[in-house]
Amino acid sequence: MSEEMKKEPAAPAAPAETKVEAKASPAAVKPAPAAKPEPDPVFTVSASPHIRDGETISHIMWNVNLALLPAAIFAVWWFGMCALVNMVVGIVAAVAAEYIWQKAMHQRVTAFDGSACITGLLLAMSMSPLLPPYMVAIGSVIAIIIAKQSMGGLGFNIFNPAHIGRAALMASWPVAMTTWTKIQDFSGAGVDVMTSATPLNILKMQGYDALVATFGGQGALYEHLFLGTRNGSLGETSTVLLLLGGLYLIYRGYIDWVVPACMIGTVGLLTWIFGPAGLFTGDPLFHMMAGGLVLGAFFMATDMVTIPMTRKGQIVFAVGAGAITVLIRLVGGYPEGVCYSILLMNAVTPLIDRFMKPKIFGTGGNK
Amino acid sequence: MFKSFLGGIHPHDGKELAKDQLIETMPLPAVLVVPMGQHIGAPCTPTVKVGDLVKKGQLIGTSQAFMHADIHAPSSGKVVKIEERPHPGPASTMCNAVVIETDGEDAWADGLPLERDWHTMDNEAILAAIQQAGIVGMGGATFPAHIKLKPAKPVDVLILNGAECEPYLTADYRLMLEESSRIVTGVEILTKLLGVQRSVIAIEDNKPEAIKAMKKACEGKNIEVAGLKTKYPQGAEKMLIKVVAGREVPAGGLPMDVGAVVQNVGTAAAIADAVVHGIPLIERITTVSGDAIAQPKNLRVRIGTSYRDAIAFCGGFKEQPDKLLAGGPMMGLAQFDEDVPILKGASGILALTKKLTEHPDESPCIRCGRCVRACPMQLIPSMLSILSERQDFEKCRDNYGLMNCVECGCCTYVCPAKRNIVQYIKLAKGWVRGEQAKARAKAAAEKAAQEAKSAEKKEGAAK
Repeated sequence: MSEEMKKEPAAPAAPAETKVEAKASPAAVKPAPAAKPEPDPVFTVSASPHIRDGETISHIMWNVNLALLPAAIFAVWWFGMCALVNMVVGIVAAVAAEYIWQKAMHQRVTAFDGSACITGLLLAMSMSPLLPPYMVAIGSVIAIIIAKQSMGGLGFNIFNPAHIGRAALMASWPVAMTTWTKIQDFSGAGVDVMTSATPLNILKMQGYDALVATFGGQGALYEHLFLGTRNGSLGETSTVLLLLGGLYLIYRGYIDWVVPACMIGTVGLLTWIFGPAGLFTGDPLFHMMAGGLVLGAFFMATDMVTIPMTRKGQIVFAVGAGAITVLIRLVGGYPEGVCYSILLMNAVTPLIDRFMKPKIFGTGGNK
Repeated sequence: MFKSFLGGIHPHDGKELAKDQLIETMPLPAVLVVPMGQHIGAPCTPTVKVGDLVKKGQLIGTSQAFMHADIHAPSSGKVVKIEERPHPGPASTMCNAVVIETDGEDAWADGLPLERDWHTMDNEAILAAIQQAGIVGMGGATFPAHIKLKPAKPVDVLILNGAECEPYLTADYRLMLEESSRIVTGVEILTKLLGVQRSVIAIEDNKPEAIKAMKKACEGKNIEVAGLKTKYPQGAEKMLIKVVAGREVPAGGLPMDVGAVVQNVGTAAAIADAVVHGIPLIERITTVSGDAIAQPKNLRVRIGTSYRDAIAFCGGFKEQPDKLLAGGPMMGLAQFDEDVPILKGASGILALTKKLTEHPDESPCIRCGRCVRACPMQLIPSMLSILSERQDFEKCRDNYGLMNCVECGCCTYVCPAKRNIVQYIKLAKGWVRGEQAKARAKAAAEKAAQEAKSAEKKEGAAK
């Protein structure tokens, strides 16, 4: 290792690799040390470094899909076949849209690198299982074509594609988007309530006490939210399985724990402070597990393409997204705000990136 | 325990290939090609002519320039040619070289080797001995040692770089194991020369045997042996100073700005030879390794031995090599010709197969931030690469700290999109250097014009 890395780069460093024939030295003074039966090998010449680690985009993307799998499987068990159909339709439509677009545009086809699959899967998972499959397909196509490919493809999209797809459907079919499964008898212990509302809906329309009553007690409410046996979007219900997937991604180093921690923590803190009966009377635990927060915080607020690159910036992003979520939930017209909060923060990501640069070594930053 | 630096990576080190091979002295090759440019600074001018007989250790190249290191004949023999020969770089691919046909006698020049007691030598004599021996930084940077050892600012810490953080290289490791006393003598000389209070031999903790050997050799002496948490690029001067002394070399500054001097352990050993025995830098230990080499070895070779000879001595290629490298796989220079000579800064020769060197094509940045986390200088490599790709070099320089890049290659190593990040950065740095040169030339021309004008005025006034 060089002790002083100040050397000049080799010539004008050409990023591209070039094959250069080994010269058959014309003034061959050199007596060959041994008879060479083979011709000299032809060496590839390129600028350093010459080795890379094995990580690839598609490896990362398929791992994210894998992390979503437990919650997706749970959704099929909990909501039934309609969940499976919606997820499959979402994935197939997204991958097909990407494939057709790239073929038509004569681009390198990267439709099978797993990222379109995530988009389709996340889109389906963030919407009601009752949504007609054709709407899911339209959402997927909008996500891929408008939010991703028209921006230049993976890496260039400003907004999370799945959330753009969801927002477009929300604007187009608001009724279908807010029609939820009818689930009977939440508590399983005699409180026979039939509801077709999500917990956040009940909170918005009827208040906190009605919500607790629906589930038959606060403990039962938490239990249902944690396990996922509640109404809601297809893949957002099971806090425990989403956590499992998120922890896997953190363990593999694909996402930074500060993003979900800051986003969920902000929601918890703000909902506790601004409770229904005055300051510090809220139920943070409920708000942290309700709605699409866990899904959004672990899988959408960590979408590397659309969030800031530095840790400091990611913290700003996550806190901002959490705050907007609370604002929408408590003050806004919608019961849930994860989707719009992340989209809004996506919009300011370039700005955050510009101001949240790490302190360069030797400029007095990290002591 | 020492606190590690921010960023960095853990590549597979590949050191198992050659780490247990004893240092082997390679037989004298028939021909030695000794380039006149083996250091940072001005190339030397030959002091011998074609047909001259030279002795081992005789001066064959020197320069009037301040920044240079003398060059000596690595063995005895006849100068058969002085001409442009392939050069491993980085400055160029061809360099003026003295070609010596060895006579096999390996006869020393008059008076060599000496026996001196360095304790009785004063600092000037020590520095002169180092300068006369043509010693350069042997970790690969090849900065002339006598200049570095005469810092313009007071220094209080000397760090000996035994990190050898480049994968595959084991030359320093073997040196520390087998010839620790040479290193220790060198460190003692340097400690006296620089008058530092603290001398630290820094070794990564993936080489516990070397740490043990050096600790044993340093017993009873005022030399610290530090085991550092293994991480590339530990051996980068700035990182080493940060870890060992807790000081950050300011951007654009030199180690002496924070009172530190860093030398490679191999350089320390060479300095011991130069000061005690008057032996110039004519041989070194280098690792010949890589998955394409039949018998990876650590060789004691003469400067000027061709890569071809060294590889043949290691059993040749067992597999088709794709890349031939001067130095390690992270910062080494790819060669297109086996007929390049081993230079003073050659820490290793690596031949790697396609299995290690072939990578998928690059795709657009997905902004994952892995390069940002890996960068030991806390830059944003992805943005630099994107801006450089757009040829927006000014923005790289003005907004993203381009010139702080040490070109360690961590960013390119970790990039999942397989982008050639550091290569783009080097491209931008090349542009900035060109601009700087242009600015200097313009300033010089203006100054000259102004002087001419004022001279004219004076003349007019005189009339």
